[in-house]
Amino acid sequence: MTMTWTELKSDLATTGYVASDDLAMALHLSLALGRPLLLEGAAGVGKTQVAKTLAELKDTRLIRLQCYEGLDAAAAIYEWNYQRQLLSIRAAANEDASSEEIEERIFSEKFLLRRPLLEAIQQETAPVLLIDEIDRADEEFEAYLLEVLSDFQISIPELGTIEATTRPHVVLTANGARDLSDALRRRCIYSFVDYPDRASELAILNKRNPGIETRLAEQIVGFVQALRKEDLEKKPGVAETLDWAAALSGLGINDLAEDPVALQASLVCLLKTQADCAAIPPEVAQRLAGKAA
Amino acid sequence: MQVTRFPARAAGTTERMADFMAHLRANGLPVGPPETGIALKALTTIKAWDAAEARLALKAICAGDAERFERFDDLFEAYWLNSGRERQGFATRDERRTKHQVPTFGPGVDRESRSGEKGALDQPEGGDDSDGFSHSGDGKLVASRLRNIEKVDLRELMMPEDLKRAERVAERFGKNIRDRRSRRRKAARRGAQLDLRRIARASVSAGGEPIRLLKRRRPDRPVHLVALLDVSGSMTVYARVFLAFLKGLMSADQRTDAYLFHTRLVPISDALRDHDSLRAVNRLSLLADGFGGGTRIGANLAQFNAQYAAQRVNGRSVVVILSDGYDTDPPAMIATALQRLKKRGCRIVWLNPLKGWKDYAPVAAGMAAALPYLDLFAPANTLESLAALEPQLQRL
Repeated sequence: MTMTWTELKSDLATTGYVASDDLAMALHLSLALGRPLLLEGAAGVGKTQVAKTLAELKDTRLIRLQCYEGLDAAAAIYEWNYQRQLLSIRAAANEDASSEEIEERIFSEKFLLRRPLLEAIQQETAPVLLIDEIDRADEEFEAYLLEVLSDFQISIPELGTIEATTRPHVVLTANGARDLSDALRRRCIYSFVDYPDRASELAILNKRNPGIETRLAEQIVGFVQALRKEDLEKKPGVAETLDWAAALSGLGINDLAEDPVALQASLVCLLKTQADCAAIPPEVAQRLAGKAA
Repeated sequence: MQVTRFPARAAGTTERMADFMAHLRANGLPVGPPETGIALKALTTIKAWDAAEARLALKAICAGDAERFERFDDLFEAYWLNSGRERQGFATRDERRTKHQVPTFGPGVDRESRSGEKGALDQPEGGDDSDGFSHSGDGKLVASRLRNIEKVDLRELMMPEDLKRAERVAERFGKNIRDRRSRRRKAARRGAQLDLRRIARASVSAGGEPIRLLKRRRPDRPVHLVALLDVSGSMTVYARVFLAFLKGLMSADQRTDAYLFHTRLVPISDALRDHDSLRAVNRLSLLADGFGGGTRIGANLAQFNAQYAAQRVNGRSVVVILSDGYDTDPPAMIATALQRLKKRGCRIVWLNPLKGWKDYAPVAAGMAAALPYLDLFAPANTLESLAALEPQLQRL
């Protein structure tokens, strides 16, 4: 399977993801060289969506591991099903089984709970493994992850080493809650996902919201682009733009300048903190809408 | 930026790529032989003769974080497209001598008179320059937006004996801020106190006999220092002391972060942490391009908030700002930036060299705007005055 990165880019576009050149190339290399892809960028620029689209494109499963503080190996790799093991021991008490037999039985694959990492390396066809917000996990977990990502094998003391049947396509995302280790960065193909420019955002909006009128779409994108230049605590991402577009069409608004009250009310889709809402009073919103029109 | 000459004798792609990696390394990107290997492999999967395509590919492989991602294009052009930059040499003896002949800068004086673009200067800030300060020379008390084009060789600014002294002060300074112990006590393997509750519980299994003695102690709650140093023209005279001081802070503790700012913000933690102190200073000189130019405190603080604060500043941080408060940005910018920084729960210390002066009042508009958000506002113009801060820091 040899696919050039421009083909990949247009394939992504047909699947509904408008990727920048940087991103398309990084994704291409990560597939071609079999290396994990590390995506950084502000919240809501579509990092997670890359993995989802890739899974759709490859027609394969998406296995997602959401990281959080305190995530440990048990929640990420595997765990023994204690309840079932206990029940099994109880049931075995009536039988005449030796302790070795019981032990062998309760530490078999039947009692193993597969968590995302283990699951990802045991698939028939290579899945897409999305490790979301890796910077939220602790450094210890990051170190463990490095080991898994380089060898693609997991050792379980009671069962032995489990080798990967297929190598998953790994996509990691981060948005700067913590600095990642250089070791992890070096092992990955890196791309920084920025807010899309006007043309790309318009393309995204049209892809995701095909019914939208051209004029309104241009206004929406113009408004959001102008809004990102304002001094906000949380800049609206692409996800917010799409939400807002959906909200506007739900409200039956066809022109931003038409109804200032409804426009102001619908801004809750874009502004997510109290300070930001205060920073964009109706006059500013009108000014931005006027510029966008 | 340091540019490596394109080797005319380089034979094949491999050698050129290895040389490119060396060029990246010289410019501070952590790349090595593994990256060379990957890059060569990557070139086989794309149209390697297309420069734009090769750039995208190499960028994805070599740029490990957002900052390097941004810098990469320049580095790429400098090497492959020979964009005409010259290798940056270090100041020779003669240049140094001429530098010494230049009249020294008084505090509050920006170097705008020598940067040759007088027309673009902003108005003196607040118009209060006549009553508080007087200086010799033709320098004016203004904050300038101009970037200084002249290179300042920081090696001049760092003498070994100063460094040593500054490091000693910095170490004590750091310790005073950093050593915090909690008021409560928590169970621990070793500790000063017996944990009676746990001993009683553990003794149940031994029929009430306290066999295992469990301890508790006050856990450490170390404070993380973040230093922001203003190296604009008006601060040049103090920059030497402060840089040495920062170097001391950094080598005393791995978690400390340091940034320089003039018209832009430059993270210097990595450079300062270099074990080879001469190389550290060289790296700094490269980074500090623009040293001694104008000041934009508000914008730089806002950038710090946007780019670094999320990772580096939390409730246990102390942000130390070393600046004289002369700013070309509107004072409200400093206020909003500090307010936002404050929301992260950190404490903010502003060390102002001018405060050590007789009859100083924080009249500079930027400084006045900042005052409500500061936990400590103190003078600092020499190492001695920094050392004298100890008792106040302990109370923070």
